[in-house]
Amino acid sequence: MGTTLAEKLWDNHLVRKGEDGAPDLIYIDLHMCHEVTSPQAFEGLRLAGRQVRRPDLTIATEDHNTPTLDIDLPIADETSRKQVNKLRENAAEFGIRIHSLGDADQGIVHVVGPQLGLTMPGMTVVCGDSHTSTHGAFGSLAFGIGTSEVEHVLATQTLPLKPFKTMAINVNGTLPKGSTAKDIILAIIAKIGTGGGQGYVLEYRGDAIRALSMEARMTICNMSIEAGARAGIIAPDETTFDYVKGRPHAPEGADWDEAVEFWRTLVTDDDAVFDAEVDLDANDLEPFITWGTNPGQGLPLSASVPNPEDFADEAEREAAANALEYMGLTPGTPFREIPVDTVFLGSCTNGRIEDLRAAAAILKGRTKAEGVRLLVVPGSARVRLQAEAEGLDTIFKDFGAEWRNAGCSMCLGMNPDQLRPQERSASTSNRNFEGRQGKGGRTHLVSPLVAAATAVRGTLSSPDDLVDAPAALV
Amino acid sequence: MEKFTTHTGVGVPLRRSNVDTDQIIPAVYLKRITRTGFEDALFAAWRGDADFILNKDEYKNGSVLVAGPDFGTGSSREHAVWALKDYGFKVVIASRFADIFRGNSGKQGLLAAVVSQENIELLWKLLDAEPGKQITVSLEDRTVTCGELTVPFEIDDYVRWRLMEGLDDIGLTLQHEEDITAFEGTRAGWRPQTLPAKHLPSVHIEAARPVDA
Repeated sequence: MGTTLAEKLWDNHLVRKGEDGAPDLIYIDLHMCHEVTSPQAFEGLRLAGRQVRRPDLTIATEDHNTPTLDIDLPIADETSRKQVNKLRENAAEFGIRIHSLGDADQGIVHVVGPQLGLTMPGMTVVCGDSHTSTHGAFGSLAFGIGTSEVEHVLATQTLPLKPFKTMAINVNGTLPKGSTAKDIILAIIAKIGTGGGQGYVLEYRGDAIRALSMEARMTICNMSIEAGARAGIIAPDETTFDYVKGRPHAPEGADWDEAVEFWRTLVTDDDAVFDAEVDLDANDLEPFITWGTNPGQGLPLSASVPNPEDFADEAEREAAANALEYMGLTPGTPFREIPVDTVFLGSCTNGRIEDLRAAAAILKGRTKAEGVRLLVVPGSARVRLQAEAEGLDTIFKDFGAEWRNAGCSMCLGMNPDQLRPQERSASTSNRNFEGRQGKGGRTHLVSPLVAAATAVRGTLSSPDDLVDAPAALV
Repeated sequence: MEKFTTHTGVGVPLRRSNVDTDQIIPAVYLKRITRTGFEDALFAAWRGDADFILNKDEYKNGSVLVAGPDFGTGSSREHAVWALKDYGFKVVIASRFADIFRGNSGKQGLLAAVVSQENIELLWKLLDAEPGKQITVSLEDRTVTCGELTVPFEIDDYVRWRLMEGLDDIGLTLQHEEDITAFEGTRAGWRPQTLPAKHLPSVHIEAARPVDA
């Protein structure tokens, strides 16, 4: 019997097979660090008198609580400043490469890795951040870890792990215009639930996935964790190789040929068997949004706020009732009539150049709905530079948006970019948890296209709702 | 790490499913650089509500949390485990845990015990009937006992052994350092390295400024 891609990646990185119920020891090719989940790990090393085993396989960026304004001034918030300074001190002490605020390679760790060419197929990638699953888009086994594991990887460049189960997510058909990778993943999570992927590595397959760009594939893998999965992967193909080629750390010459030859073997064998399979028809998709307080509480934008009484499962019914109360929504209200205060375009889910281009194409020549705030936060400083080179910043600013510096920003509100209590957002980020974007804030997860159309109309909207649909979508 | 064999303490019924790590500890508390002192941050948003269970006198000294399914979903923050531990919790019982949370718990000596939802409902009823009632969790026998009721729980054999022995993961791995070095000798030369650093030319990044609303 053949093996799945996830199993091949596992076998490729097996240092030692566990005996008597002990976990396998797996080698880690790339370890990314940021300021929030690393200080206690470095402290642990120091206390135990340990060194970082492979500084040359480790990289740090500042992203979670860095400001997106006034980045040339000292960070105003004292605890944020302390944490960022601690990362700089730790990087200097342990000899780790760091991209600090103001550096052209600073940005969200999951945007920076791929853009430097440090993420490529066939790797194991970890970071003390659950959205590390993003890098699975390259055909790598990539997953988030806790701080103890960060310390473990720093000290040993390995992790003791139990094998994951495998799940195929088959997405076939053609994605209709106006629907995006974000709608695919929101629909998958709504279908299998926030716990549906627990214990699994999800492999996204099918012609609708093959047709996606690398950045769109990253959006999908990014949110694997919201279905509870440990990781999400997509087998590498020409799209992947084209994306990696020529990037600063991409192999060159004979190394490139050798690498590609190996990468072509990274596919699930035809006779391999997955532990579970889920099918989704891309032809049926339409713009998707979340209405509740977990990413599984999602529906098509064309629907209405659900009635908790309609849920058969008691736990789901209670969760829906709690969510609607928190969200301040009434059952039966069409989603398109829900007014929004803030639109957030950014994050490791949708803060890449293609996302900014897609939104700009809709906003160009249009004006912002009154009273709506639009925050545009590029995923990295390079994305910001690229957008400026293409004139996208001018489109955003002319529209009335705030054009910010790179970082995680309002996705999790650790920096000053937060919602006020009861403020409602349409957000291209990945989590709609209670208080995620600011205490009492109400989040609807959306695609960049829905975010842009919402900023124009002031209520949750898709580009189809705009009077003169933009040429880019026709 | 302290050895864990059995624990007896006040059971706290948390009748909520999908308790994500943003609820266990909101992101604003993640800016600390210490490993302890997170007790005030546990369920910070909910603790503002006088009716929240931990605000009731009977449950203030709770140490066994009995929660709904899919506990610990979302962000990988290990601070969630630290906050539960710092508050005084030794055990969390649920029918399903998020993978990262469960992994983090095992490494920090917090027992994440998987009990069927049917038995969780029974525990909830007992705890509701007699607020402040104690629960005994035996890792040796893999059982949860509340009054007359004893139900089994599931836990990974290896995690159980490590908890009972109080062993540190890094020390265990470093016993196999020779295997790691041998593996490193087999890695292809084209595998990326972060050092020496390669990148596109450095460019000045313009600082964005606040705009008047």
